[in-house]
Amino acid sequence: MSYIEVKNVSFAYPNGYIAVDDISLKIEKGENIAIIGQNGAGKSTTVKMLNALQYPTKGTIMIGDMDTKNYTTAQVSRVVGYVFQNPDDQIFHSSVLQEVEYGLRKQKLSEEQIKKQVEYALRLTGMEQFKKENPYNLPLSVRKFVTIAAIVASDCDVMIFDEPTAGQDLMGNRKLSHILKELHKKGKTTITISHDMEFVANNFKKIIVMANKKVVGEGTPEDVFWDFELLEKAMLKQPYVSRLCQKLGIGERVVTLEQAVSLLV
Amino acid sequence: MDTIIEFKNVTYQYPLTKIPAIKNISFQMEKGKLYGVIGGNGAGKTTLCALIRGFAPSFFKGELQGEIFIDKKNIKQYQNGELSLKIGYVFQNPFNQISGVKDSVFEEVAYGLENFGVPMAEIEERVVSIMKKTDILSLAEKNPFDLSGGQQQRVALASILVLEPDILVIDEPTSQLDPEGTESVFRVIKAMKEMKKTVILVEHKVDLLAEYADEILVLKGGELIRKGKNQEVLTDISLMEEGVLLPQMAILGNMIVQSGRKLQEIPITQKQAERIFSQF
Repeated sequence: MSYIEVKNVSFAYPNGYIAVDDISLKIEKGENIAIIGQNGAGKSTTVKMLNALQYPTKGTIMIGDMDTKNYTTAQVSRVVGYVFQNPDDQIFHSSVLQEVEYGLRKQKLSEEQIKKQVEYALRLTGMEQFKKENPYNLPLSVRKFVTIAAIVASDCDVMIFDEPTAGQDLMGNRKLSHILKELHKKGKTTITISHDMEFVANNFKKIIVMANKKVVGEGTPEDVFWDFELLEKAMLKQPYVSRLCQKLGIGERVVTLEQAVSLLV
Repeated sequence: MDTIIEFKNVTYQYPLTKIPAIKNISFQMEKGKLYGVIGGNGAGKTTLCALIRGFAPSFFKGELQGEIFIDKKNIKQYQNGELSLKIGYVFQNPFNQISGVKDSVFEEVAYGLENFGVPMAEIEERVVSIMKKTDILSLAEKNPFDLSGGQQQRVALASILVLEPDILVIDEPTSQLDPEGTESVFRVIKAMKEMKKTVILVEHKVDLLAEYADEILVLKGGELIRKGKNQEVLTDISLMEEGVLLPQMAILGNMIVQSGRKLQEIPITQKQAERIFSQF
């Protein structure tokens, strides 16, 4: 059995609107996964169910041996942390430090343990320098890292990042890439939603594609970005470098600049 | 050269801050061109937009040194209303733009003209024409808040364009959008170019700027560190060390040059790259 199993799960809002329609997924412990797809495809709703912010209206979600429907959001979120798409939906403290500490204080950990985990998270996300700042004095793209730090500090096993690449500059993207690598080394399971195809092709081994409330495909960047039928269904495009290689008719399934260089030189 | 915006040694500092957000910047912008503004977060891009539109210092207060000219007239000599007719400003988040008092996209787009007392028949004609250009005519009867991000951003752009400003300042219109929404917004930006508008566009998606912009301004720490033609600026690999992302095709071209192979030019768009590399 896989670590995370989503079995025939649907989610419908009370008004009847279906946001996720009969999806099944398997995620192993320590996997580093990306979810791509247009807005409205059901990505955020799916990951919010993993974190029990929402419960399936049909089907089952298992996290390890925990069936989410038998647990509260507070219980599930100790294992599965979720970084909101909009940091302002998450932040409610007046300093970065308080924001990052909050979850740990709720868990009533020792001062020493709190300090250790908070310092690690602030260092990893580069937020140390803003420790005393009010999060709202920071630009949106930096504020996103405050919310990432809060989840990293909690040290939960599964971490979900909802569109962390939105509005990031080059440094921001590099920092995200570094954070994901470090978490992977620590054995964390990470799930990242992103619209940045270059970022996805360069940072993940496994991609889940969603479209129209369903999971429509899954595989390596090479599998996904060279499956034209799948891309069309999901209304997505190849990374720029793949598009170039396809036009030039060179190589097989190029997804990174390095692969293209080795073919062209 | 038909200069429409000019900055002369402009330094600007927000109230209660210790260092200026913009440091001694000078440049000229020509009528009808599209200027891409890039740079890391906190480089001063949004402040530059606020200065052009006159929000800084008139709304944000703070201290402005140097001079800013819009259409050869010092910005201080404009009444705020006058400037708002000349310069349209589109916020990063369409939620900050959409009025919230109108129930349909059509009324939302017409709202500005209504406030200016434009005759009904003319409003309808102008609104329909701009809704066609921004590809939102089919959404006319929908509530603006029931739309997707890309659709909302196009409504925001249409509401500004309908007022026929000469200059458009657009701050990161696609940063929260999905790829499809991003492309739909760029189609509108292309239409603005065809309408001969002067466009100042802050955008992280340099691959799209490579295709649509005429010139690029690069900001870092409040300073203007580069200004020049698209092709010139976006191929300069040393900018990567300054934290500025270059288009994928330019990075690829530079990687190939570094590996010892000569190129007559570094591409910035895919079409260029196809032409150059098909000779390999």
